Amino acid sequence: MPDPSQWGVVALTLRCALLAMLVMIPPGLAIAWLLARYRWFGKSLVETAVALPLVMPPVATGLLLLRLLGRRGPLGGELEAIGLPIVFTWRAVVVAMAVMALPLFVRSARSAFENVPPRLEQVARTLGARRLRVAWTITLPLARRGLVGGLLLAFARALGEFGATILVAGNIPGRTTTLATAIYQHVQLGEDGAASKLLLISVLLSFVALAASEWLVRSSKASPGRSAGPVA
Amino acid sequence: MAGALVEGEPGPKRGAGSVKLELDQIRLALPPFELSLSASIDARVAAICGPSGAGKTTLLEVVAGLRRPDSGRVTLDGETLDADGIHRRAETRQLGYVPQDGALFPHLDVRANLLYGAPRAGRSAPELDAVIAVLELGGFLDRAVHGLSGGEQRRVALGRALLSKPKLLLLDEPLVNLDGELRQRLRDHLLRIRDVLHVPMLIVTHEAGDVHLLAEVILRLESGRLAAMGSPAALLEPDPGAVRFRSVS
Repeated sequence: MPDPSQWGVVALTLRCALLAMLVMIPPGLAIAWLLARYRWFGKSLVETAVALPLVMPPVATGLLLLRLLGRRGPLGGELEAIGLPIVFTWRAVVVAMAVMALPLFVRSARSAFENVPPRLEQVARTLGARRLRVAWTITLPLARRGLVGGLLLAFARALGEFGATILVAGNIPGRTTTLATAIYQHVQLGEDGAASKLLLISVLLSFVALAASEWLVRSSKASPGRSAGPVA
Repeated sequence: MAGALVEGEPGPKRGAGSVKLELDQIRLALPPFELSLSASIDARVAAICGPSGAGKTTLLEVVAGLRRPDSGRVTLDGETLDADGIHRRAETRQLGYVPQDGALFPHLDVRANLLYGAPRAGRSAPELDAVIAVLELGGFLDRAVHGLSGGEQRRVALGRALLSKPKLLLLDEPLVNLDGELRQRLRDHLLRIRDVLHVPMLIVTHEAGDVHLLAEVILRLESGRLAAMGSPAALLEPDPGAVRFRSVS
């Protein structure tokens, strides 16, 4: 059984991953919606920028975040001035997880929105529904399986985040140590037993999240009028 | 309002259930196609006929507010819907648009579909009963829409549009892909919408025979242009086998 400090690592990881999802959902939905439904100047650029964390080395993304959110960074200085330091705090863990998970969520959400026939939204408008009501009563319910599936996939990605986190949040026991950084540390120190326990928990959590995501993909494809599931 | 739903309600100033739709030099370029026409329609039921690609559905979408014309003016009973610098959004036009496939909301049951566009005050009012009775929807109100037959889906889509209290119903090929008996039955339902509910209709069809008993005015479109406009008697010639257009010189 893991010891209390290891359960603390699990709890911090889950808490940060959940917060990262909350932070990521509003911009993720907005970006996915704009990419799925509209043609606009600079669309390709935004598409590429959002997908960058998928292909860039995670430590490079972490370094970018460090430059941006560090005490001397354009955003970090401002945030620290209002009492919200980011780097080397749990907030940095949340930011790193959100940034690394965003591309997966946006790709899934975009696909889910694209699978909602625009004709249904048009008809809803002719029935007097304003855009917000159309989104709330037609688009989101029809896309929900794909959206939730994408969210689970992004959550699984956030749980395993290492490269960006270690750079921007460090590995401070009890404050910024996550499952991934704890496993790395145990391996470095030759603590194979402790590493194996956390490894098992990590595998279980990721397995459950991915299995749920896969189930949503399959059920959304089997249901007529439902959106497709997440796109990895 | 031109299209009162309940019998006995005060009718419009003009003939019950009629509406005046004016299309003034409407132009919409969708290369290589271009819609370009003018027409003034004052009727209970008008039909837009013509071959595939003539621009029938595009014209219906312009009236519905789903497409904005490049230029020209659209007015309904004197109210401007489109003009230079003016484009009333689809959600504010009060036009009941029924696309070819019905476009029922698949996650809602029949009742929820019907009530989607109904004003809150009208949800338990006689309008609902009237529409259910006229379209014979009572037997499947609580069913999921994907379990309905093609004819039932069309009737639900019609009912949903009617319950939004439209000034004009816009129907895109309401009878297409239905077999003979279902086709006749839905034609009867359209007649009842005209004669019992008094809701004016603009119907797109590629078969003149579908609407020769229903429409008072027929617009014949060809390649985005108005090729002919007139009464069914003037434009159609009854044939023992089928109703078809008189040859246009």
